[in-house]
Amino acid sequence: MSEPGRVIAGVLAPHPPHLIYAENPPQNEPHAEGGWEALRWGYRRLRESLARKGDYDVIVVHSPHWKTTTGHHLLGVPHFKSLSVDPIFPHLFRYRYDLNVDVALSEAIAEEGRKEGLVMEMMRNPDFRVDYGTITACHLARPEWDKPIVCISSNRAYYDFSDEVGNAKMLALGRATLRAIEASGKRALLLASNSLSHRHFTTEPELPEDMSAERSYHHGQYLWDMRVLDLMERGKIRELLDIMPDFIEQSISECKEGSLTWLLGALELPSYPATVHGYGSVIGTGNAVVEWDPARAGGAA
Amino acid sequence: MTIPFGLVVPGLPHPLLAPDDNPGWATIRGAFDGLRARIAASDADLLILYSTQWFSILGHQIQADPHPEWTHVDQDFHALGSIPYRFHIDADFAEAYNQAAQARNLHCRTVAYKGFPIDTGSIVALKLLNPDNRIPAVIVSCNMYADRAETLVLGKAAADAIAATGRRAIPIAVTCLSNRKHTRPVAPADDHVSSMMDDEWNRKLLEIFSEGRLEDVSQLARTFDGQAHADNKLKAIWWLGAVMGQHNRYTGDVMAYAPIWGTGSAVIALTPSAQEAGGHEFDEEDVEVYKGDREVLQTDPAPTSAPAPTPAPVAAPAAPAVRDGIIRVQAENAPKPVGAYPHARRVGDMLYLSGVGPRQPQTDAIPGGPIRDADGPRDYDIEAQTRAVIENVKAILEAAGSSLDKVVDVTSFLVDMDRDFAGYNKVYREYFEDIQAARTTVAISALPTPIAVELKVIALA
Repeated sequence: MSEPGRVIAGVLAPHPPHLIYAENPPQNEPHAEGGWEALRWGYRRLRESLARKGDYDVIVVHSPHWKTTTGHHLLGVPHFKSLSVDPIFPHLFRYRYDLNVDVALSEAIAEEGRKEGLVMEMMRNPDFRVDYGTITACHLARPEWDKPIVCISSNRAYYDFSDEVGNAKMLALGRATLRAIEASGKRALLLASNSLSHRHFTTEPELPEDMSAERSYHHGQYLWDMRVLDLMERGKIRELLDIMPDFIEQSISECKEGSLTWLLGALELPSYPATVHGYGSVIGTGNAVVEWDPARAGGAA
Repeated sequence: MTIPFGLVVPGLPHPLLAPDDNPGWATIRGAFDGLRARIAASDADLLILYSTQWFSILGHQIQADPHPEWTHVDQDFHALGSIPYRFHIDADFAEAYNQAAQARNLHCRTVAYKGFPIDTGSIVALKLLNPDNRIPAVIVSCNMYADRAETLVLGKAAADAIAATGRRAIPIAVTCLSNRKHTRPVAPADDHVSSMMDDEWNRKLLEIFSEGRLEDVSQLARTFDGQAHADNKLKAIWWLGAVMGQHNRYTGDVMAYAPIWGTGSAVIALTPSAQEAGGHEFDEEDVEVYKGDREVLQTDPAPTSAPAPTPAPVAAPAAPAVRDGIIRVQAENAPKPVGAYPHARRVGDMLYLSGVGPRQPQTDAIPGGPIRDADGPRDYDIEAQTRAVIENVKAILEAAGSSLDKVVDVTSFLVDMDRDFAGYNKVYREYFEDIQAARTTVAISALPTPIAVELKVIALA
């Protein structure tokens, strides 16, 4: 029997398009003078950390910007190539993407999700445009685009009724994801593509990358972010889940989209310390690049 | 401004892509078809859409690509199929709308990028209402943070642009009523409004719509949202009401109401009418200009980019018309300006008055007589003129929410210093002795009208 699959790392991998804009990769049309280095260097440290772990087979990403209401959807077409234009920041993000999808693993996750009682649906329409949250997180974690991805939509319908119920559903989806990865025999990198505090400024400087204007929207948001990051670094995930409804409400956190909770479920509520590679604000929102390495749990590295 | 009628339509793709799968979806589709014929028969030359499905964060965005083209797939209902589109956008009007929005202090911009993802709601509305692009369109976004005030101002800016460009425009609010979608799969034939409460509230709202009471619906939006999970707080109705004049004088025609995937979806036409179904009650303040981010989490925000817009002056008894700090006083309270300038302009906490003369509001008569007429120079009463000048200054200040005792600096212009200084100074003392504003008096050769004295005033707002 082949070796079971495993998660090589789980990453909180926020998706502000500003980070790609600032890097000027060839796929992106707009040009920047730089900006948001604290986060971009955080992603660089993440990539260096991932490189030390050896190779992996697939990236599994949960993205808040593929929004669904009836169940959790997964990309079910092997290849996508198109142009992604961010409808909110089109002046920053017009990115030509060319990516492969691990449809077999996607279907396996969908099947495991159904066993958890979740509504799961495969997206089979070849004209579908992949969301920019997925593209941004994947690009920043692995700019080579040489790994197939699994992309899971964000279904916040349950959060609209109750944050507790929403979290329970996302933990179930995380468990389903882990079982499917283990059954596949693949080594997977997991990306939860959400910010922490998430109140934006509604104006921006004339030059978007003018860092003299970048700061947290509110000190309270910063304090909440620091509290959450402290719990992550100390491996206090159950405590984090306990306070997450308050965190969501009081910092308008993007955790309401479920990505982080899904990741924590897939990592089996890690009690080992996470590594915070970087933290910074983007147009007022709080963002952190955080890595969990299951090897620190004492498992196989 | 000419608006033949306004519309409320849902933006879900089912009536476009699968109308025959559910009788309700077919009913909605039939109503769309009816509106398409009505639009075709009208002389409208612009469709202007506000879609709750196009989110923005940085103020509002207005689509300005003359021919946006793509094959769209809805992120949730992708199984229904693809929607290829090519639209005709009125880029000139988009820019006019952008300018009008900025004139009302809104943060706004046009977007014209190849491949920009136009939202499902706008696509569905344009495909069903204007399939041959006979009438150019404009689409404006729904800012996720915008409150009622900002959305009303956005609607008023649309009205400004319609008036300024002379368009005959049909405003279209692309929105559901209740917006609770199914969280588990439902066979199309079994589609229903998610909850009985939602359905009851939808029907209540439709009853008011059918009476043409658009402004009353707009005022009910927050209550409805709290009860029936409204589509983006019914912001689209706030916008539509503001575009169409904030009143209840319409003929309401609820052409269809049906569930679409759990939502309450309706097709409604509102045609201006001379009849008003009862007086509306404004229980919330009206707004003319956007006053900036509410900074809901913050009490003392540091500026991040543009400084916070200047607060508009408080309306005083004379009810000044205010835009961007500009103050114009009604004719019965201050003399009409003789050039392209306002009576005053507010910047921060300061009021800068234009030069004020003695002419009487409404009649233009000069107290104390003119300094000359067709027959040449005349005798005149400098004290009467000076008193009239200061009374006019007082009226303008009070109309702007200030008062004479807040004057900090006066520049006085006299056309005959030797003859008039003593009389002018006597009257000035009566008003300003206790105020002790700084003052400079200069002699000049002439003023534009036959007056002897003019005052230029700076005051605290």
